[in-house]
Amino acid sequence: MAKTATNTFARNLAGWLLPAALILVWEAASRTGLISESVIAPPSAVLAALIRLLASGELAENIGISTLRALSGFAIGGSIGFAFGLANGLSRLSRDLTDTTLQMVRNIPHLALIPLVILWFGIDEEAKLFLVALGVFFPIYVNTLLGIQGVDPQLVEMGRIYGMSRRQLFFHVILPGALPAIFVGLRYALGIMWLTLIVAETIAASSGLGYMAMQAREFLLIDVVILSILIYALLGKLADSLARLLERLTLQWHPAFQPA
Amino acid sequence: MSVIALHPKQQPEANGAPATILTPSQSPVSAPAPLALSLRGITKRFGDKTVLDGIDLDIPQGQFVAVIGKSGCGKSTLLRILAGLDSPTSGTLTVAGGNASERRSRIMFQEPRLLPWARIGRNVEVGLTGIAKGEVARDLSLQILQEVGLADRAEEWPSVLSGGQKQRVALARALVAHPFILALDEPLGALDALTRIEMQQLLERIWQQQHFTAVLVTHDVAEAVALADRVVVIDEGRIALDLAIPLARPRRHGSAETARLEGQILDRLFGRG
Repeated sequence: MAKTATNTFARNLAGWLLPAALILVWEAASRTGLISESVIAPPSAVLAALIRLLASGELAENIGISTLRALSGFAIGGSIGFAFGLANGLSRLSRDLTDTTLQMVRNIPHLALIPLVILWFGIDEEAKLFLVALGVFFPIYVNTLLGIQGVDPQLVEMGRIYGMSRRQLFFHVILPGALPAIFVGLRYALGIMWLTLIVAETIAASSGLGYMAMQAREFLLIDVVILSILIYALLGKLADSLARLLERLTLQWHPAFQPA
Repeated sequence: MSVIALHPKQQPEANGAPATILTPSQSPVSAPAPLALSLRGITKRFGDKTVLDGIDLDIPQGQFVAVIGKSGCGKSTLLRILAGLDSPTSGTLTVAGGNASERRSRIMFQEPRLLPWARIGRNVEVGLTGIAKGEVARDLSLQILQEVGLADRAEEWPSVLSGGQKQRVALARALVAHPFILALDEPLGALDALTRIEMQQLLERIWQQQHFTAVLVTHDVAEAVALADRVVVIDEGRIALDLAIPLARPRRHGSAETARLEGQILDRLFGRG
């Protein structure tokens, strides 16, 4: 048992070896003048910027604002996508009515709507929420629909034979069967969530991480720009880790998540 | 169509001897068991293809009937009609017994069809949907798992079980609510030869304990003769042979008597009878 725990820890640690080595090489290259300060700030300067912005409270505030926007947009778009995925997976009528329209809208890159969104909402919160919601809608919708359509019809027949009600059939057979695909959609949507938010904040915002990075660019604070980019990476990784944890908790039955 | 029923006491002396033709009412059985199932003129068509063509069949309560035939002869369709999964194009199916729970039928498929996301115990409890819940359901499912020798696996996921074990869980699920009729659609077809014999013995033992009426569809003549009281051969949608298997249980694989009966069925299947 202890040995397994150490192994897991060692394996988690292994993933961080490469980033750590890259940072060391980068610092060394900056110190020796191989990389000019005006191209990229050394890690030590980025660290100093982190401490400075943490002390002033500016960083925490911007991360808080961005996270709130990301999660609200995700909740709105994700729940609408999930609802449409369920409806269209379970009802032929609903699918016939809406799927064609949704597939057409899906093929418009949602970031292409930025000019229109700015015209509609200005640079207020609604603009960011709208874009994030639109961005996460499709991966959740498509994968929920695929998941439900992919549920083994033999299991559904078995449930019917054993007298399951529609409700029991949904909760005991269809939803658990669709869950692996829904998680694929969830992880994909989390990536799109950060991407959309950052683009939106970079173009049209007066607060948040993207705005902080754009402000820093205006004042040539390259250390703050780099810090923002690193924070995006960490936030993205955090969101993905949370999704994977959820996946591990709910898909224990799946051979892929069982200890070998 | 000819219905040939061979009564245990009237076996022909040698292979191919003329069989006595009997209708069920003429059967010289002293006290015939009440009928569990009665089929009259069951016909099933898919488009213009006739799969079953006027099947008449009476199955007494507690009998173990094997239905055998070449692929596409309509035997699985017959089973689905017996189990209430499909309705016949014409004809009547009468199921004896009082209320709905006394007439309960269960079907077991070639695939175990276990829910991969439910532990073994929970999978067996699916068999009690709408019948029992909670603590009661858990106790009943543990009892039946004990019967099939998997009580210690109740908390495991189906993916860790072997094919034979999964099929034992499926059997437990089918039997946990004590069905009146158990329909088996080649449930052992995908198992290896040794596991199959083990499963046949298990099935026979549980059938003897629970006294349900069993209808087994199979393409394995040896299996039919090993398990059934009666073998019905279906050919081109009709009953081609209705043969009693009067051998004492437990039966031994490969005895002379089983070989003779197997030969008789095979001859009929290949039109040499």
